[in-house]
Amino acid sequence: MKSAAVILAIVAALALQTTLSGLLAGGAIAVNLVLVAVVYLALSYGAVTGLMTGMIGGLAQDALAGGIVGLGGMSKTLIGFLVGVLGAQFNLSTTLPRLVMFVAATFVHQIVFEGLHAMIGGRHFSPQWTATFLQALANGLIGVTAFLLVENGPGALQRRRMRRASLGKRRY
Amino acid sequence: MLDIRKRTGWIFFGAMMAQILLISAQVQTKSGVRALQAVTFEVFSRIEFGTASVVSGVRRVWGGYIGLRGAKAENEALRQRVAALEVQLQQEHALAMRSERLQMLLDMKTHGTVPTLAAEVIAGNPDPVMRTVTINRGSGDGVSADMAVIAPGGVVGRIIGPVVRHAARVQLLIDRNAAAGAMMERTRAGGMVVGVEANPPLRMELVSNLTDVKPGDAVVASGVDGIFPKGYLIGRVERVDRGTGLYRTISVRPGVEFSSLEEVLVVLSSPRPASRDEDVK
Repeated sequence: MKSAAVILAIVAALALQTTLSGLLAGGAIAVNLVLVAVVYLALSYGAVTGLMTGMIGGLAQDALAGGIVGLGGMSKTLIGFLVGVLGAQFNLSTTLPRLVMFVAATFVHQIVFEGLHAMIGGRHFSPQWTATFLQALANGLIGVTAFLLVENGPGALQRRRMRRASLGKRRY
Repeated sequence: MLDIRKRTGWIFFGAMMAQILLISAQVQTKSGVRALQAVTFEVFSRIEFGTASVVSGVRRVWGGYIGLRGAKAENEALRQRVAALEVQLQQEHALAMRSERLQMLLDMKTHGTVPTLAAEVIAGNPDPVMRTVTINRGSGDGVSADMAVIAPGGVVGRIIGPVVRHAARVQLLIDRNAAAGAMMERTRAGGMVVGVEANPPLRMELVSNLTDVKPGDAVVASGVDGIFPKGYLIGRVERVDRGTGLYRTISVRPGVEFSSLEEVLVVLSSPRPASRDEDVK
C-alpha cells in the first residue's frame, strides 16, 4: 500500500512537474515537485523510503530531462536520506520545521546538483542563489500545504461529522 | 526476516554507488575515455600495481635468501681460495728472498779472495745462553773446527767442535764466549770484538781513549785471530763512551742479522795461529 502510494506520488509529481515546466517556462519561479515529493515522503516514512524515492524520482527526472542520468538521482537520494534521518531524530511534525526542512533541502539539493554538474562538466561552480531561494520558498510552501491538506483535510471532515452527530443527540 | 530499515546506511551507500557507476558510464574524461573505464582501469591498475609489488617483493626476498645461501657458500670457497693464495704468495715471496740471498752468497763466493763453501742453517741452539747454530756442512765437506763463517752481511762466527760428517756447529759472534780480532775501518785502530748480553750484542774492547771513534764507523775483522779473514765487516759503532781506564767502551751493532740467518759461507782456508797484526796500532 505504501509502495503504491510512493510510486503514485512520484508519478504525480513528475506529471505535474512536466506540466508546470511548460507553463512556467518563462517565469522566474521554478518549483521542483519531485524534490517536494521526496522530502514529503522522507519526512512521512523515514530514510529508506526517502532515499529510494529520491533515487527513483531523480533517475526518472534525469531520464526525462535528457541529461546525464544519475546526477539528479544522486542528489535526491542524498536529500531523501538526510531528511529521513533528520526526521527520525527531531520533531518535525509542525509547520515551521517542515518549511525549514523543505527550504534547506532545496538549497542542499541545488548545491549538490550544481556541484556534480561542475565536477563532471569541468566548469565553475556557480549556483543561482536568488532563483534557488525563490524555488526553496515555493517548494516549502507547496510541501507544507501538502502536509496540511493531507493531515487536516480528512481529519477535519471526520471531526465535523462527529461534532454534528454529537449535537443532534443532545438536542433530541 | 531481514528488516531493510536497519540497513539504512548500506542501502544509501549502495544506491549512491550504483548511481556513481551509472554516471561514470555516461561521462567521458578529457582524453575521450569513458569515466567508468578510466576509473575501473585506474582502480585495477592500482590493484595490479599492489599485487605486482607484493609479488616482486616476495620474489626479491626469496631471491635474496637464495642468493644469500649461494653467497655464503661462495664466500666460504673464496675465503679458502684467498687463504691458499696467501700461502702460495708467502711461499713465492720466501723463494724470491731465498734466491736473492743465494745470489748474494754466490756473488760473495765468486768475488771473494778466500775459498768458501755454502751452507744452510738447519738448526738453532736449544740453550738460549749458548748462541750457536747448526749448518748442513761437516767434515765430509772439508769443514773443520775454527773455520770462519761469514754471510753477505759480514762475519757470522766460527766452527766449533765437534764436527760430524754432514753437520757442524757455528758459534755466533754474539755469543758471550765469542771474540774476534777487529779494527776500525776508518782509523785502522785495532781491538777485539766480543759478544755480550746486551743490546747491541757486540762490544769492542781494547780501543784507546785517545782513538778517534765515531758512531757509524765500520768495524771489520783484523785477521789477527787467525780465524776470520781480514777486512770482512763485523758491524758498525752504535755508541761510544769514554771508559774509566785506558780504553773506550764501544757498542757495536752486528752487520749480520742473526735472527734471520739461513744461508752462510764457510771459509775453507785452514785457520792459522793467532799473531800480532801489524795493522793494529
